[in-house]
Amino acid sequence: MTQNYLENLATERSETAITDYKPRFTDLQAVAEANRCLYCHDAPCIQVCPTEINIPEFIHRIASGNLKGSARTILDSNILGLSCASVCPVEVLCVGSCVYNHMQIKPIEIGRLQRYATEYAYEKGIQFYKKGPDTGKKVALIGAGPASLACAAQLAIMGHNPVIFERHTLPGGLNTTGVAPYKLRADTSLREVAYIQEIGVEIRTGVAVGSDVSFADLEAQYDAIFIGAGLGPDSFLDVPGEDKEGVFGALEVIEALKLTQFPAEKYPNAVVVGGGNTALDVVRELRKLGVPNVTMVYRRGEAQMSGYAHEMAAARQEGVQFQFLALPVEYVGEAHVSAVRCVKMALGEPDASGRRSPEPVAGSEFELPANLVALATGQGKLTELFGKISQLELNRGRVVVNAVGQTSNPKYFAGGDCVNGGKEVVNAAAEGKHAAFGIDAYLKEGN
Amino acid sequence: MADLTSNLAGIKSPNPFWLASAPPTNSGDQIMRAFEAGWGGAVWKTLGDPIVNVSSRYGGMDYNGTKMAGFNNIELITDRPLEVNFKEMAEVKKRFPNHAVISSLMVETKAEWKEIIKRSVDAGCDGLELNFGCPHGMCERGMGSAVGQEPKVLEEITSWAVEYSSVPVIVKLTPNVSEIVPPGLAAMRGKAHAVSLINTIKSVIGVDLDRMVPLPYVGGKSSNGGYCGPAVKPIALRMVGDLARHPQFNIPISGIGGVSNWRDAAEFILMGATNVQVCTAVMHYGFRIVEDMIEGLSNYMDEKGFKTIDEMVGLASRNFTEWGELDLNFKVVADIDASKCIECQLCYIACWDGAHQCIHLHEHDTRVPYVDQEHCVGCNLCSLVCPVPGCISMKEIDQGKGFMNWKQYQEQLAAQA
Ligand SMILES: Cc1cc2nc3c(=O)[nH]c(=O)nc-3n(C[C@H](O)[C@H](O)[C@H](O)COP(=O)(O)OP(=O)(O)OC[C@H]3O[C@@H](n4cnc5c(N)ncnc54)[C@H](O)[C@@H]3O)c2cc1C
Ligand SMILES: Cc1cc2nc3c(=O)[nH]c(=O)nc-3n(C[C@H](O)[C@H](O)[C@H](O)COP(=O)(O)O)c2cc1C
Ligand code: SF4
Repeated sequence: MTQNYLENLATERSETAITDYKPRFTDLQAVAEANRCLYCHDAPCIQVCPTEINIPEFIHRIASGNLKGSARTILDSNILGLSCASVCPVEVLCVGSCVYNHMQIKPIEIGRLQRYATEYAYEKGIQFYKKGPDTGKKVALIGAGPASLACAAQLAIMGHNPVIFERHTLPGGLNTTGVAPYKLRADTSLREVAYIQEIGVEIRTGVAVGSDVSFADLEAQYDAIFIGAGLGPDSFLDVPGEDKEGVFGALEVIEALKLTQFPAEKYPNAVVVGGGNTALDVVRELRKLGVPNVTMVYRRGEAQMSGYAHEMAAARQEGVQFQFLALPVEYVGEAHVSAVRCVKMALGEPDASGRRSPEPVAGSEFELPANLVALATGQGKLTELFGKISQLELNRGRVVVNAVGQTSNPKYFAGGDCVNGGKEVVNAAAEGKHAAFGIDAYLKEGN
Repeated sequence: MADLTSNLAGIKSPNPFWLASAPPTNSGDQIMRAFEAGWGGAVWKTLGDPIVNVSSRYGGMDYNGTKMAGFNNIELITDRPLEVNFKEMAEVKKRFPNHAVISSLMVETKAEWKEIIKRSVDAGCDGLELNFGCPHGMCERGMGSAVGQEPKVLEEITSWAVEYSSVPVIVKLTPNVSEIVPPGLAAMRGKAHAVSLINTIKSVIGVDLDRMVPLPYVGGKSSNGGYCGPAVKPIALRMVGDLARHPQFNIPISGIGGVSNWRDAAEFILMGATNVQVCTAVMHYGFRIVEDMIEGLSNYMDEKGFKTIDEMVGLASRNFTEWGELDLNFKVVADIDASKCIECQLCYIACWDGAHQCIHLHEHDTRVPYVDQEHCVGCNLCSLVCPVPGCISMKEIDQGKGFMNWKQYQEQLAAQA
């Protein structure tokens, strides 16, 4: 029996109190929006989609009333089309490339149309795919995130037998545990996982590869192995007081509010450290859960932030405060943190990457009250784990792959965050699917 | 300010915008509200022996989200008692003496024509319109388009009406003929004072994909209906132009078919119509649309320097000729303004798959297509599909060859042989 992970998901979760920021279109809205699409030739939106969804075609099908065909067009290219519809940063991908931008006309809301079509197929229970004729080949996949899910779905369609090993008790990777709930909630992620399970993908949760099961065992039992393990845990800054209660990694906070009841009311003052999209997610999530004072502390200026401008604008509108050019130097308090001591920073000369590196300004220290601190200063790499795989070439902690997704150890393929260093769900989906073709060719060579 | 007053064969109205005979002119109350809104005239919903209508009656053709690009109906003539209609007609005329009220008629026998014309004139109407156009229901009983399609019958009935009438007689023509000129000339021979066209076109508006029944649905069946609305304008313009340019045809035309705004009206007038009649656009949006029609036409006339409608009538139909008269040496080519291009490449795919394969893409650097002007045949397609106004223009090329039509071309070929 296939495990239905929705049954393992708590019903009482803080994330359910947070509303969608791009709600699903009504039927009328969807058709009106679909009819605006110009149906470009060789459309720019397709070209910027890592999974190359034929966007004008799926939109055309919404306009004509062929919703089933629309969903199929999407899922044929991207089996994670449901989650991508809501989590993709469309503003910098498809929507950002819509030719309407050149006309100063509102671009087509592609993500919302994609959500409309894929949700239709899910609600009607339309399964487009089935397992291909059995090839007898077994493939192990490490991690049940977007990369492995996309890879496994494609392998199953090709007739191979994919088995995913996931450390966490729930599958889905960051789609389940990390993505902001106003984009995607854990239950939707698990529905998508179930859709992929139906195609003939086996998932074993609560199994950490490298400790619960050894790489040697996998190599002995499987014909090929795909690494989709993502990135490591939150990185800390090595600042005094980091061990105090109330100081968390950003992913810990996000996972807690997505999968459990997070006691936001206990934290009137929150400080989030970082300038990327994870930092922007956490500040917005905390505001939406009612935390009155949320301050983002970033060591460079607004112009140097790596977070998206559209997310920044939303955070500002939602009442987040910003402390640019500041760096935490100590977490103050008794057992529990009560304030963050920061030093002001000034931008120096541009460094090798062209970014102006911040320098502390002597004597400029100040304190920000905080009973919750979330560190969104990046995720570490899984260097130690990957060190256990023989002959696996890494570059700055990233798994190195060739054009077909194969690593330096020919039995291992890889894709997603562990290869690209941390991009988006849609990149993981594209790389995972792409690697499935590499694995297929490898298996056909008689391996 | 241009003078919008209109005079169709002696029937005067404050402007050239009339309501066509149809549901908007079912009752005196509606017509009075229309006149208050600004309409210059109204052709009463066709009167005759009261009939019974079916339900449902209308169908719409939507296009890419645009509702009612085309419209059809299987409705018959008035279903209200004649005496009520005539009583209301008299009231309307009393309240609006300067507006045109036309009595639209459709009956069978000579005696009936005589009777109904007398009652119309007594009610004070300014003119009659003989409905020889309705393509459904009535024609099965030998009326409507059954008359309009037979020039001899049309001429005869017209001459009866002219004989009995003391007000001008307009003959409403059906488009359900292969050529519009014979019925038009027949109306003239019958001494009609004007013609109006087009009535609706025989059609099936669509099919219910679940019930497998054509539309509109009437208890599991449907019937052919009359097509009208924006989609029929090109057909109507052609027919109006055919009559207007015909050397023997010299009575005024009331133009009908898809008129929705002042631009459409101006086109009909330039094609030879003296005034226009509107049905579908009013059924869709109400009487209020006339305000913009009046203002828009007036602004257009001022801009072009026309003082009266008459100055405009037929300016374009003069330039409406046989294909064989066109200059084979006139040449245009497509020209893409790269600064306006939004890079949708719709022109590229249209020319490549649907025209003459002379728009190309650059291999690198830019998505802006370019035209191979040497091979461009100047068909217009790319400029028609381009979503940006003014981005693709059709540039005239002087080939230094002078005028040559088909006949001259044939002569030239013969001389060379
Ligand atoms: C806070 C946050 C918000 C984000 N928001 C967005 C967003 O809005 N839109 C977007 O497109 N992208 C977003 N991203 C990025 C996106 O989530 C990732 O790019 C994507 O999930 C990468 O997929 P993956 O399969 O490579 O890795 P992951 O999703 O990280 O999945 C890896 C899986 O491997 C498992 N695993 C790791 N080690 C082992 C092991 N040894 N044995 C077994 N299992 C193991 C992990 O538990 C995890 O489930 C966000 C990322 C973060 C951190
Ligand atoms: C519902 C409906 C009923 C009509 N009834 C009549 C009628 O009784 N007599 C008539 O001469 N024309 C009738 N017509 C035709 C219109 O007067 C007009 O000729 C035709 O609709 C084209 O104009 P339009 O495109 O502005 O609608 C009717 C049209 C419609 C849509
Ligand atoms: S005018 Fe016609 S032939 Fe010329 S480029 Fe445009 S589409 Fe092609």
